[in-house]
Amino acid sequence: MSLPGPWYLGLAAILFGIGAIGLLMRRNVLIMFMCIELMLNAANLTFVTFARMLHDIGGQAVVFFVLVVAAAEVVVGLGIVVAIFRRRASATADDFHILKG
Amino acid sequence: MLHVAFLMPLLPLVGFVLLVPLGKRLGDPLAGWIGTAAVLGSFVAACVTFAGLQGRPEATRAFTQTFFSWITVGGLQVKAALFVDPLSMTMCLFVTGVSALIHLYSIGYMKGDKEYTKFFIYLNLFVFSMLVLVLANNLLVTFVGWEGVGVCSYWLVSFWHEREAAASAGKKAFIYNRIGDAGFLVAMFLIFSKTGTLNYAGVFAHRAALGAGGATAAALLLLLAAAGKSAQIPLFNWLPDAMEGPTPVSALIHAATMVTAGVYLLCRVHAILALSPDARWVIAVIGLATAFVAATIASAQQDIKKVLAFSTVSQIGYMVLAVGTGAYVAAIFLMVAHAFYKGLLFLGAGSVIHGLHDEQDLKRMGGLARFLPWTYATFLVGWLAIAGVPPLSGFWSKGDVLANVYAKSPALWAFALLTALFTGYYMSRLFFLAFTGDPRWQQAVGDHPAHAEPHESPWTMRLPLVILAVLALFGGLLGLPWVHSFGLTGWLGPVFGTDLFANHLSRGALIGLDVADGIVAVVGLSIAWRLWRKSADHPALEPVFLQRVWYWDDFYDTVIGKPGQALARFSATVIDTRVIDGAVNGVATAVKSVGTQVRRVQTGYVRNYALGIALGLAVIIAFIISRTWWS
Repeated sequence: MSLPGPWYLGLAAILFGIGAIGLLMRRNVLIMFMCIELMLNAANLTFVTFARMLHDIGGQAVVFFVLVVAAAEVVVGLGIVVAIFRRRASATADDFHILKG
Repeated sequence: MLHVAFLMPLLPLVGFVLLVPLGKRLGDPLAGWIGTAAVLGSFVAACVTFAGLQGRPEATRAFTQTFFSWITVGGLQVKAALFVDPLSMTMCLFVTGVSALIHLYSIGYMKGDKEYTKFFIYLNLFVFSMLVLVLANNLLVTFVGWEGVGVCSYWLVSFWHEREAAASAGKKAFIYNRIGDAGFLVAMFLIFSKTGTLNYAGVFAHRAALGAGGATAAALLLLLAAAGKSAQIPLFNWLPDAMEGPTPVSALIHAATMVTAGVYLLCRVHAILALSPDARWVIAVIGLATAFVAATIASAQQDIKKVLAFSTVSQIGYMVLAVGTGAYVAAIFLMVAHAFYKGLLFLGAGSVIHGLHDEQDLKRMGGLARFLPWTYATFLVGWLAIAGVPPLSGFWSKGDVLANVYAKSPALWAFALLTALFTGYYMSRLFFLAFTGDPRWQQAVGDHPAHAEPHESPWTMRLPLVILAVLALFGGLLGLPWVHSFGLTGWLGPVFGTDLFANHLSRGALIGLDVADGIVAVVGLSIAWRLWRKSADHPALEPVFLQRVWYWDDFYDTVIGKPGQALARFSATVIDTRVIDGAVNGVATAVKSVGTQVRRVQTGYVRNYALGIALGLAVIIAFIISRTWWS
């Protein structure tokens, strides 16, 4: 009673696509963050799937690193968002374009 | 007694070192006295060394005092050492002696100048450099002194550098000297590459290695060096301009130091000149041409110092002529006598200028004999000496040169005698214009109502005049033509040995030549007497051609100056602004415009960047997939 590996990979691809499209389409920084998380976890899912399919624990180990990095990234990212929010009272990604070169 | 030789150059250096930090505090006139004492001490050291040298037998009258090894690189060994022999000794004696008198004179002349101490600092350094030049035992140390003399002359000629003319005269002197220095350097390279040493004794011992062509080249390059320093054609123009310096400087440059350096150098390297008769002919012709050209120019100048300057050029021309003839002793004899009477004439001219409150125009002098009796009497001696009137020093020394030239080539002699005629004429013209006739100086003195008439100079200025006048009067005793055991011939002869030109003139011929010299001098003098004693206005005798120095400066200006300026202007306006600035600005503009375009990529919108990343990812994936499929 287990689905074959490619299904999981397909799910991961769909999740990644949703995340990528969301990141491109939405302007709300928090939503964009969630999309990034979605993409990261899609990647995690592929890692785990391959770990199972190839019987290699390495793939599962990498997932932990990814989770740690994602958590750290969220901390920094949310910090920046809060700082901007304090100044501009909005959380639209386009507000950051004053940082352009 | 000989070991005091090192004091000769050391004492002026001590004076210099003392005056640099303390000069301002000591001030006027104490700084001047210290400077004078330093050079006087040097003269005393020279006298002591001379006495010691005379006490030795003829063959051993030369020694070297080594201080330290200066440069040791491979085969090149240069020692800082003094070489004392009768030739350098003679130079030292009159350089230090005349310089000491000029220092003493300067105490009075420079009184009240705001740069009083600086003047003596330079003066001491000048004498030190000259003594290094004279006493060096190798070409490189000579060159050090050579350059020291050059730079000191630059400082002293442009001493009153607030005046535009003085500043540019200093530059001119320096640049002309640099051209000569190039000749010196190349000659040194050539000699070292052939003989492997720069030591005079070593070079002479290996002189055969130079070969005929090498010797000629070295001699001509050294002639170029001497032409720069001693103001010979084609580099003589700087000397008259150097008159912009204070008068004691003119006296120092013309009489004792600097201009004699070139002739001394040529005498020092007599062994190289001996190898190349062609080069010696060139030297003789250059000397004679300079003597003649400068003498004609001197007869049309209006500035008292310019007349003397051109007369120096002319007299040095005689010395170079003597060197070219091979009559080195005659050249040195004339140099010594010239130091006496030209020092005297310059200091006398300085006294006149001092008395007239800085008036230098001969046309605004006249009748000064009554007001400046000391100057008048001493100047009279100097005038008769340089004109070659017997029995003063100029007659004997010039006669010695002329006799040797006659023995070498009567054609050169005839020209030299014509020059002697000019010498008698222009010096007499100067004398009559300045000291006799009607006073024309009212305007000059009128600017200073406190002094209604010219005033005689203080004793510090008169004493050197008197001493030099005595020397100019009796200096001829150093080299009477019939007495060879006594005087300069016997003293200097062994230095030159067989390189010395031996004229086999009979006593009758010598007397005849001397009589001719005397007649020529008197003729030149009486022509000037007829023309200039009463009237100061003969425009026909002062053609523009001579006043403008045979258009020599104009020639250089047209041939070198103008094209040089045009090139500089072209470089400034075209090369610099268009090519160089264009390249620099062009690069900057290109970078800037590219940057302006590229910066638009950075929109600042996160989604743009995300799209970029996504597209890049898509491309990479597509690439990998296509690779997989087609492989």
